[in-house]
Formats: sequence, structure tokens, C-alpha cells
Amino acid sequence: MKADPKGVLTGSHYLDGDHACSEGALAAGCRFAAGYPITPSTEVVERIAARFPLVGGTFIQLEDELAASIAVIGGVWGGAKALTVTSGPGFSLMMEHIGFAAMTETPVVYIDVQRGGPSTGLPTLAAQADMMQARWGSHGDYRLIALCPNSPQECFDLTLEAFNLAEQYRVPVVVMLDEVVGHMTEKVVIPPAEQLEVTPRRWTDKPPGEFLPFAPREDLVPDLCMFGEGYRFHVTGLTHDERGYPAMNAPTQERLVRRLVDKIEKNADKILRWEEKDTEGAEVVIVSYGITSRVAQRAVEMAREKGVKVGSFRLITAWPFPHKRIAELSRSVKSLVVPELNLGQMSLEVERTVAGRCRTIPVLHAGGAVHRPEAILEAIMEVAR
Amino acid sequence: MSEQREHPVNKFLRMDRMPSIWCPGCGIGTTVNCFTRALTECDKDLDKVAVVSGIGCTGRVAGYLNLDSFHTTHGRALPFATGLKVANPELDVVVYSGDGDLSAIGGNHFIHAARRNSDILCICVNNFTYGMTGGQVTPTTPEPAIASTTPYGAFEPTFNLPHLAASSGATYVARWTTFHVRQLARSMRDALSKKGFRFIEVIAPCPTLYLRRNRLGEALHEMRFYKEKSVIKHGADTREAALDYRGQIVVGTFVDTRRPTWLEAMNKRMSTVLGEKFVPYALPTREPKV
Amino acid sequence: MALNEIKIGGLGGQGVILAGIIIGKAAALYDDKHSTLTQAFGPEARGSACSAQVVIDDQAIAYPYVTRPSYMVTMSQDAFAKFSPELREDGVLIIDEDLVKPTGLPPGVKVFGIPATRYAEEIGRKQVLNIIMVGFFTAVTGLVSEQGTRKAVAESVPGNTVELNLRAFERGFAYGKELRAQRS
Repeated sequence: MKADPKGVLTGSHYLDGDHACSEGALAAGCRFAAGYPITPSTEVVERIAARFPLVGGTFIQLEDELAASIAVIGGVWGGAKALTVTSGPGFSLMMEHIGFAAMTETPVVYIDVQRGGPSTGLPTLAAQADMMQARWGSHGDYRLIALCPNSPQECFDLTLEAFNLAEQYRVPVVVMLDEVVGHMTEKVVIPPAEQLEVTPRRWTDKPPGEFLPFAPREDLVPDLCMFGEGYRFHVTGLTHDERGYPAMNAPTQERLVRRLVDKIEKNADKILRWEEKDTEGAEVVIVSYGITSRVAQRAVEMAREKGVKVGSFRLITAWPFPHKRIAELSRSVKSLVVPELNLGQMSLEVERTVAGRCRTIPVLHAGGAVHRPEAILEAIMEVAR
Repeated sequence: MSEQREHPVNKFLRMDRMPSIWCPGCGIGTTVNCFTRALTECDKDLDKVAVVSGIGCTGRVAGYLNLDSFHTTHGRALPFATGLKVANPELDVVVYSGDGDLSAIGGNHFIHAARRNSDILCICVNNFTYGMTGGQVTPTTPEPAIASTTPYGAFEPTFNLPHLAASSGATYVARWTTFHVRQLARSMRDALSKKGFRFIEVIAPCPTLYLRRNRLGEALHEMRFYKEKSVIKHGADTREAALDYRGQIVVGTFVDTRRPTWLEAMNKRMSTVLGEKFVPYALPTREPKV
Repeated sequence: MALNEIKIGGLGGQGVILAGIIIGKAAALYDDKHSTLTQAFGPEARGSACSAQVVIDDQAIAYPYVTRPSYMVTMSQDAFAKFSPELREDGVLIIDEDLVKPTGLPPGVKVFGIPATRYAEEIGRKQVLNIIMVGFFTAVTGLVSEQGTRKAVAESVPGNTVELNLRAFERGFAYGKELRAQRS
């Protein structure tokens, strides 16, 4: 269906990434948000707090990230589209509820504007060191979707997309910004509402009594019903059967957890998004995401001037990871160069996927600034030599 | 042949989930019984009553009630309920929680839900211990009770929960024991029809862990103890309602007042400042299916 | 036009970031160019040297940071001292001549000064200093259009101060135009 024009700020704007996320959420139909202030993500909820009362949304600032990250789950089950926003330390606190959202198949959106860590780290400076936390941070086996915008425009586009994916697959979706993308200001074009596709909630058409709230459809995703409509259903973080009742035994665990993983893995081809340039015939391909992809582009230009055949591959979905495509690339290139603002995270996933078929060269930076393009260039030249 | 009649409580329960996990003599079931009576007596549309629980023995209440129910994470029933209520203000949201869930891991949420006057009825079954995990000390375990993590006796000061609720801003505060079933049911019924952050503490026995470990006898003895030690003092100053080990139990309705709920206060502020530009939150609707 | 790097420096509270936003917005929204604004975020309070960095290009901008600015605006002596070494040797330095006394610049640097603080006082609001500088920058550099920047000013300042800020813009712009005419 089309976006509700009430929330869509159609036009060209000069916005930073954080504010563009707010507008993406509004355009997606998000009308409930909870938050707790933390640099460098607070601008997202500040704008939401100002804009919501004008479009029929409710924002609540709660006592901590534990509260914010579950209040939004409550909001979703009340029928709203909901999001919360945080950064490093707050993201750590939210982990339990990301797992809870995965287990209860709650379509909810989390935004993490990554800053340097561990602990309080660098509150005002960028890193990309929460990538593995997004994937593995909550205990137990589950899958979620994580998206990595590299510009304010993409912050708008991918926040909207995050809501759509969350509704489609009934899964928590994390939008992984970094401080630079969150705070950089660029032109953001917001199309008219009738050009924006919004995925509606998968409301069941079965009446109460016939509806099994955790029985999947063919795509492995169950439909949903709203609190207050007489379904009298139960939702729990315990291992549960298709009725939603706790059933703590190995067969139920196998069936449920396997499905939570499969519904993302088996639908991965529909979920995956990436951007590829000049990879055909390339000797070296740079695999990057977020702000680092823009720094890498300068290194690519420098390498081209030196006559190196270099292509680029930008992750837009970090999770699920584009295993198939990276594996294909590994058969045709000498090496994959992976710059990132952490000491080895997505590069590990690349390495694991490549399985020795080509070299993986991580170009690692602990964060606090972006790479010098020369550092990436050096890695490219190392292969070219 | 005599006609077989259904127990009046049954229609409020998910009978396909019986028997419950609660031990014989446990007080939680008694409170659920009272709660179903309160539901019968109040004129609520039961489709619009949602129960939210955290984790622990009391956390299992949500799963047994035949209502829309949510069994959330440890300590976080209140913020979940806050989100649920704000996103769907038509619902009557009831949080059912134990003393550990509510006042230890969830303590911060408890005082803030009361402060902001979230429109939630919060029922706390206080059995002075973590039952599900095997009888550890909680913020309400009085000195010198034995718990599995205070094998030499508890020694920390305790929370006086009605006082904590009242001083944080709750608009309705009551305490009963599981001996006071009629009063408790009435209190629950009254509270269901009020607005704001409403808090009812129910003192309840945990025979398996708390009573046994402290050699206090069976649940039946505990009922006798509640009967003997309870003093009904409606309107009592909650500062005087603190509990100690085996001493007097002040029960009654301590606070019954009204102030704007979070939602009312927010709507008022927005209307005042934004006037016609303010678009109040509309109840979510089902969009057409894809 | 190739890539242009601009750095604006001043004291926290002077409206340095807003000046950057206006210039970037004019380029991106009204001049059909691309622009990226980054700002140094820190825990510093008002009164310390801060900066806004704008990259303007005809093509999409990948690398968002300013490394060797060819244009620099400074609104305080501290900011001048801190940032001017980054300026290209053939760069353009734009200063509030009441606040900045440039020293030690490479000979190739062209300096344009305006008594912006004085003008702001004449207009009646010291806070419009940054907008005077924006007007002056627009006229002196020609990097952003007069029309576009005027529009960006009107859109970026609080509603009840639009007229005041537009007056400030005109003042800075007129002075810059005159100065440029004299110099050429």
C-alpha cells in the first residue's frame, strides 16, 4: 500500500542522517516511538518528538534503554508501528529485547548510531564496531535484518525499508548508522506519498478461535492479530508452540528456533540489497559499508589512476550477509579488501565466505575518525603488485 | 444425575493449560481467583483487558488468564505495558508481577511508571522470595529470614512497597493478604474502574521455599498468621505500613486519588501549545491485507 | 566546477554551523549542485573554537571531509589560529576584520575582510554576524548563487527573524560585491 501522506514530508531537504531517519520512520507510518537520550543518536528522537504531535504520533522518553527497547515492542502489539534509537552503550542494554522481539516475532525497528567503544568509548566519534553485536548480541539462536546506510538520503530510504522488512518478515530490523553518516548533512529527497510503498501489517483474516498466532504461512512467517480484538492470545519469550503457549521441550525448540532462522535465511534472496560497481574483470574488489564505503571510493579512484582494475561492493544489508555473491566474487578476483571502522568484524564474515578462494585483506581502524584513503589504497596496491 | 456446572472462574482461565505450575498452597492462584472475581463484577469488555507479566512464578499469571496476555522479560512488564497502553489507549492494561520482578530488576520502571502516572493497574504478589529460581533473597525479604542466598539470614533493609508506590505518585495504593480474598477482589474491582497508576500489593505464601526454609509451617498456618497479624487501616500513612519479620501487617486502601495520566497530561500540553495543529494519536486500525 | 572544500571556523554560539548549513543548502537545494556538511562534534561548551566543513561539487560527493580547504571563513582569532594552517596556499580567507587579525599566511592566500561585527551592531542584533559573513562569502567566492543563498537564509533562520537576517545577508553581500569590484 501507499504511505499515509500525513507523515510524508515531500520535497527536497538539507538534512543530517539522524533527522533523515526520523523522516523515514514517519513516512513508513511509524506513530509510536520511545527513547532514551544518547549521543550521537538523540537527534532522531528529538525530531520525532517535535514532529509526532503534528501527525498523530506519540513519543515517550523513558527511564532507560531497557524500558525504551521493550516499550516499542508493547507498542507494536498494541497495533502501532514503532521504533527506538540508540548508540553503543544503549544498544548493549537493548540486546535482551532484540532477542525478545526475535522470539515473539515482533515487527519493530531499532536504530543504532555507532560510536567508538567499548564502554563509553568515544561518544561523539564514529565507529562501525557494533556490526557483530547486531548479529549476535542477544543470547540464543535467531536472525534479524541489519541495514547500513551511507548517506542521509539512504537514512531516509532504509529506515522506511526497515519498517517494510520488519512487517514482511515479522522480525526486528536494525538500521546501523555510524556517527559520521548520522551527523553529516546532505540533500534528501522525499518523494510524494503515492510513490512510497509501505508494507502493511500481516493481519490475519481468520476469526478468533481458528487463528493460531504462531503458525507460519508458506513463507515461514506467521500472520498477526491485534490486542483487544477478542483473539485472547498469548505471547511469551519462552519457547512456545503454534498457539503461543509455552512448550519447553526439545522438539518445540527445534521447530520454533529453526523456523526463526529459516524465515530469514530462506528468504535471504528477497531481503538482500547491495551495490556493485566495476566488479566485472576486477582484480581487486573493495567490500565496504556505511561511511567507509565513501572513503573507499576515493581510494578506488586513486587506484584506477594507477591502472589497477578495482571494483567495489557495498553492503546495504549487513545481515543477512550476501554469502552467495561474495563467494562468486571470490572466484574471479585476486583479493577482497575490507576496510571497516573496527578491528575485524564484517571482514571475518567475508573471510569465512571466501574460504581461501582468494585473499581477504582487512583494513582495520579502531574508530574515532575515518580511514585515510591512502591506507585503503595501500591494501589495493599490495595485491596489484 | 445431578447437573454438572462449570466453575465460575473457568471461563477466565485457559483451561487447556491447567494444571498450573504453582505449588500446592501457593498464594498466586488465590490472587488470580480474586482477579477473576473482580473481572466478573466490573463491567469491562474483557476483549479490551490485557494482562502483562514479567518473569517468575507470578510472571506466569498472564499465560493462564484467558485474556490477551503477554509474558515479557524479567522486570520489564511495566515498560512493555506503558508502550502497549500508549499505542492502544482503549485497552485496560494490568501488570501482574512478583516482588523480585517488580522491585529489584524492575524497580526503576516501577517508580517511573508511578511518577508519570502510566494508566496501568499493577498487582504485585509479594511472597518475599524468588520462587522460580529457588528461593533467593529479594528487596522485600525481612531480616532475619533465611533465603538460599542469605543462608545466615537476610540483613538488608527492605522496600515498603505501598510507600514506594505512594511516594512515587501512584493514584491508588492498597495492600491485602491472600487471607483477605473478599477485600482483595473488591480492591481489584475498584482499581480496575479507576485511572492512573494503581498499585495493589498482595502478601502471599510461598510454602515450598519461604515458609519451609524458615520453618514457618504450611500455607494453612500462614493464613492463620495473616488473620492474626493483619490490621485493617484504610487511609493509613504508608510510612507506617512497613513490614518486618512476622510482625504486624497493615492492610487496607492507603491512597485513592486522581491526577492526570501520562496520556492526559501529554494531550493537554500539546493542545495548549499547538492548538489546532495538534493531531491526537488515533487508534491503530487494520490496513487492508496485501 | 570541480570539488570545492570550505571550512568555517568560529566560537561556539556564533552560528558557525548554521552558516555552513546555509551555504551547503544553497548549493544542494537551489544551485543544482551536490554538497556535504560535516561538523566537528565535541563535548565542548559554548565559546570554544568550532567548525563546519562543506564540500561542494558538481558530481556526487563520496569522501565527505574537508582535507585542504580552498575557502576558509573565520570569525574569531582562536579559530583563525587553529584552522588557518589547513588552508591551501592559494586559498581564499574570509574574515570578520573586527575579530580576526591574520598573521603568518602564505603569500598566495587572498584575504577578504569585512567589519561584520560593526555591521551586525548597526543592524541591531549581534547574532546576525554569521549571516553577514554568509552574504559576504556568497559575493566574494561566487561558489553559491545569490538567489539560492538568500532563499537558504530565509528557510534556515527562525521565522520571526527572517527579515532581520535577510538584511544582514544583503549587507554582507553588497560589501563583498563592492570589494570584489575594487579588487578586479
